[in-house]
Amino acid sequence: MVSAAETIERVRRSRFNWVDMFLNALRVGAVVFIAVGLIGTIIKFAGGEGPSAAAWRDLVVSGLAQGAAYGLIALGYSMVYGVLGFINFAHGEVFMSGAMTSFFMASYFFDTGLWISNFVVALILVILSATVTATIVAVLIERIAYRPLRNAPRLIPLITSIGVSFFLQYSAAFLFGVANKSVPQPPAWLLAKIDLFGLGWLKLEATKVLVIAIAIVSMIALYLFVEKTRTGRSMRAVAEDKEIAALMGINVDRTIVTTFAVGGAMAGIAGSLWALLFRGVSFDTGFLPGIKAFTAAVLGGIGNLAGAMLGGVLLGLFEGVGPLLILDGWGIPGVSQLKDVVAFFALVLVLVFRPTGLLGERLSEDERA
Amino acid sequence: MALLEISGLKKGFGGIQALGGVDFHIDEGEVVSVIGPNGAGKTSFFNVITGMFAPDEGTILFEGESIGGLEPSVITQRGIARTFQNVRLFPNMSILENVMVSQHCRTKQGIYGAIFRTKAFKEEEQLIEERAKDTLSFFGDRLVGYRYDQAAFVLSYANRRRLEIARAMATQPKLLLLDEPTAGMNPRETVELTGLIGKLRSEKGFTIVIIEHDMKVVRDVSDRVVVLDHGVKLTEGHYDDVSTNEQVIEAYLGRPAETES
Repeated sequence: MVSAAETIERVRRSRFNWVDMFLNALRVGAVVFIAVGLIGTIIKFAGGEGPSAAAWRDLVVSGLAQGAAYGLIALGYSMVYGVLGFINFAHGEVFMSGAMTSFFMASYFFDTGLWISNFVVALILVILSATVTATIVAVLIERIAYRPLRNAPRLIPLITSIGVSFFLQYSAAFLFGVANKSVPQPPAWLLAKIDLFGLGWLKLEATKVLVIAIAIVSMIALYLFVEKTRTGRSMRAVAEDKEIAALMGINVDRTIVTTFAVGGAMAGIAGSLWALLFRGVSFDTGFLPGIKAFTAAVLGGIGNLAGAMLGGVLLGLFEGVGPLLILDGWGIPGVSQLKDVVAFFALVLVLVFRPTGLLGERLSEDERA
Repeated sequence: MALLEISGLKKGFGGIQALGGVDFHIDEGEVVSVIGPNGAGKTSFFNVITGMFAPDEGTILFEGESIGGLEPSVITQRGIARTFQNVRLFPNMSILENVMVSQHCRTKQGIYGAIFRTKAFKEEEQLIEERAKDTLSFFGDRLVGYRYDQAAFVLSYANRRRLEIARAMATQPKLLLLDEPTAGMNPRETVELTGLIGKLRSEKGFTIVIIEHDMKVVRDVSDRVVVLDHGVKLTEGHYDDVSTNEQVIEAYLGRPAETES
């Protein structure tokens, strides 16, 4: 006679075996794929083929710079998810509004001559105006699109955010045209390579160093803001439990607006850095970086700020180095076109190996509510 | 004038009348217990007072002003704080932060001060921290010292209840609503908390409404007992009168079989 408990145990175990078998196969396959690619690349490198050491260094730095921008955008996804529990897909367009503003301001300063004569002042003004625009856009989105849906099921603001995303994208196309806009070239000293710390071998492009530095400063500022100030404390309280936060006298609506504003400011800074880095802005600039930053937020553990930053930097790095490091070892042609494949493959891997993201904690459904 | 004056309070959820016209008042400095069988509407009563639900009908006057249907955060600012039957802290925030965050409605410094770290802002932060530590010391040495920076989820059940009371105290209310503060506590902890509830009035000057099932606690802390059943007030009065009232016994234990038919 088989007892009920034993039957349940057997069913449970047999079901686990199926899922486990699939996941294990996926894990082993991924590890083997990466290992073979790596070995192939190393053999090539040892044989004097493929990119030189200096080229690898430049790839790493490019990846880090792009990753820093992803990280800044990812913060906005993560913060909104932490407080409201849905993914704000319109956040990529907030970033685009910052990049667009950067283009217009930079062009204006280029015309007036300030861009050349006093680049640092011009850059600060560009970043400030991009930050202000993106903040306003983010706050308006919250006020118009999300606040009326505060008590609706979470799927509804999610779908709304996709609508808002398209609305903003095509509004920008309508207002500014669909052509790619070239941001004026920064002065020569910023395009040159600088010898960092005077080490000789650490010669990096100044633009990228500047982008990474600004991103790091912004991230530290945000972290201190959330962890050490009372507004940050209110934000964390609202993220944990809106109802209780209200009962403790916290103005929940105002705190949510602050969250959107801070996330928007970060996206605005990222927009400026993007314009500086790639010197091109168009109405759909927000789309792919937005999706990548969302990927970065998930990679790092959504809802976790340090995770969003880490996820962004790592994703940028994977994208920059991954195609050559792994795909090239397999002898796949045209690997630099495949960086998006690598980025999303990295996401799949993280979700297979660590479903909560790198720094994420497992949240039960009622903790999340 | 009563601190809190409620008349004809009604609240329904679909087909269920959680509160069917409750009259209630409490004077400053009083401790009033609300008792009643499960489902009597005690917690709904608290939920409506604190603004979590707007009342369907009836008036709630706090210090002579109507607060019915106001936002919970506004009601807290007016001076009503509560705890929950099932403890609801901010589990991932530190113990000190849990108590600090609930003082925000009593402070003036805004986001600009926070960004530019003005002198006034720093002084106020300091004051909040001092007050938070002072509030936590009300519970002896359980929530002080090395505890400050621990996350709230590490606390034992009884300590979570204590922290929740500390957090409510930190909003500097005039009226404190405690929802089953001794639920799940062992007899020794219950006795201790009973003493502390007395102190909340005598030392801290709070007016207290308490929902409680433990009749010993009710007897020891309350000036007056209000009995709710099926959303209406059955009776109210001194503990000795209420505890021997036949209607009350009937509500709790049911009607004797022979009189039913």
